[in-house]
Amino acid sequence: MYVRQLQVSDFRSWVQADVAFEPGVSVLVGQNGQGKTNLVEALGYVATLGSHRVATDAPLVRHGAEHAVVRAAVVNDGRELLVELEITPGRANRARVNRGPVPRPREVLGILRTVLFAPEDLALVRGDPGERRRCLDELLVSRAPRYAGVRADYERVLKQRGALLKTAGAARRAGGKGDIRTLDVWDGHLARHGAELLAGRLDLVADLAPHVTRAYADVAPESRPAVIGYRSSLGDALPEGVGRPDGPRADLAALEAALLEELGRVRSQEVDRGVCLVGPHRDELELALGELPAKGYASHGESWSFALALRLGAYELLRADGSEPVLVLDDVFAELDRRRRQQLAKVASAAEQVLVTAAVGEDVPDELAGARYEVRDGEVRRAS
Amino acid sequence: MYEGPVQDLIDELGRLPGVGPKSAQRIAFHLLAAEPADIARLQDALQRVKEGVVFCEVCGNVSEETQCRICRDARRDSTVVCVVEEPKDVVAVERTREFKGRYHVLGGALDPLSGVGPDQLRIRQLLARLGAADGGAEISEIIIATDPNTEGEATATYLVRMLRDFPGLTVTRLASGLPMGGDLEFADELTLGRALSGRRAM
Ligand SMILES: Nc1ncnc2c1ncn2[C@@H]1O[C@H](COP(=O)(O)OP(=O)(O)O)[C@@H](O)[C@H]1O
Ligand SMILES: [Mg+2]
Ligand SMILES: [Zn+2]
Repeated sequence: MYVRQLQVSDFRSWVQADVAFEPGVSVLVGQNGQGKTNLVEALGYVATLGSHRVATDAPLVRHGAEHAVVRAAVVNDGRELLVELEITPGRANRARVNRGPVPRPREVLGILRTVLFAPEDLALVRGDPGERRRCLDELLVSRAPRYAGVRADYERVLKQRGALLKTAGAARRAGGKGDIRTLDVWDGHLARHGAELLAGRLDLVADLAPHVTRAYADVAPESRPAVIGYRSSLGDALPEGVGRPDGPRADLAALEAALLEELGRVRSQEVDRGVCLVGPHRDELELALGELPAKGYASHGESWSFALALRLGAYELLRADGSEPVLVLDDVFAELDRRRRQQLAKVASAAEQVLVTAAVGEDVPDELAGARYEVRDGEVRRAS
Repeated sequence: MYEGPVQDLIDELGRLPGVGPKSAQRIAFHLLAAEPADIARLQDALQRVKEGVVFCEVCGNVSEETQCRICRDARRDSTVVCVVEEPKDVVAVERTREFKGRYHVLGGALDPLSGVGPDQLRIRQLLARLGAADGGAEISEIIIATDPNTEGEATATYLVRMLRDFPGLTVTRLASGLPMGGDLEFADELTLGRALSGRRAM
């Protein structure tokens, strides 16, 4: 697939921008702060309904404006779809496809798929487990948009159940009994939605792992092999082998039963502490180089390579699924050494479409010649 | 920002559900230009809604008398009771013209985040209705028509657990097909009617 046109108004620093793209390589060049990342962030929003930089929508709307609008014309297998999103912080977004309103913005997911690699991705290796869970969940949604609903349902149940535990826990600490009459109900719903999310993630990791190992070996052949694996808060209660490339696929009913049993086991602990201790929100995507965990052990260069390998692995997985995502490389070439630059350029130059941003054109490897755009003073100009 | 009373009015209107800042402003200026008689009628209606409306002692729906029109209507089938969250859901189900039984309005859904547990809902009153012969006829079916979202589903599951030990009572749930994550009131008549007639026993 490729993006034929991107238009934004009142998005981040942009009052207005209208950029036509073609398949192949497009490089956006401009000094720092000119709004390059803002543009690819807008595109990412169309693909994921979220930003790779911030968790809330407020910073996405230009200072002083009420809402932002992003429009993208996406061509997939010769068919063009126009996606329009109106982003209003604190309120539900509005979405249109081919000028017709859709009941819920979530319905635009899947029209555009992107894989974005950006400086922020170092946090995938060095940051909190939440960063890695988010990375997995976004890839899951990208592969199968229905997981957006699964994710939302799970988070809602988790919040409600957490509130119940918190209130009951506080009541107990104050000497009361704590009302947990409805806890069984919330346990059941948590286990059901949790099992769905967990099954999705386990199968995803099983499919993704070989791609990541291969991508890492290409990027850093001198280093120990990169391995990813899923660690569930179910611990030993997780059925043997699931989540591994050579293991069985996840069994929804078995996972639901395991979650329910585990919730029963830790119940008194949960009520005492007032927090949800079991479920995919406590899980971890483990990254290792050989025997050692990447976090805390990997060098700066190795961490970068791992982050890159995760994104390239995701890209290869989506490609293997049958629909080629748009590759977005935001200001990353300056961060990489020669070998990693070349490896990245090799993959990127073969992509159906790749959008690259850089402060100076010289940072971009020669293999990625192609269309150039200058980003300056609130304008995007096609340079060659 | 406007000065004084106009901004106060915009702020108040903006707190209403479904009214954004722009609509609030539009309504405020509409009211500012309206005839005094129109304003008086609106004022009167607002006053009466708090003073004059009571909740039906049987079903919990909004009513003008101690019992609502539906509970008083002898032609309605008192053996089937449709359990909904809010009075607006009664209106939504009535619009389908599929349902000839009675209602029970819970007054919300289980929502720990907002401090709503079983005791804040009219569940006790529902059990009491099941215990007592209602209008001469026993209740034989309870249709659970809570919203198809997280809180509505949890409430439904809880009710099913509470009701499963009543002998001879069938508990049903609206057929799936309602847009998940939404409110009952937003479903169109046809979809809601179909969900009602295709209800499943739990
Ligand atoms: N909501 C916003 N309103 C106005 N300006 C913004 C907003 N968010 C970010 N900016 C501005 O955008 C610029 C950063 O743009 P960015 O796309 O990150 O630059 P770069 O070209 O280096 O990638 C900064 O100058 C920042 O002040
Ligand atoms: Mg940037
Ligand atoms: Zn009544």
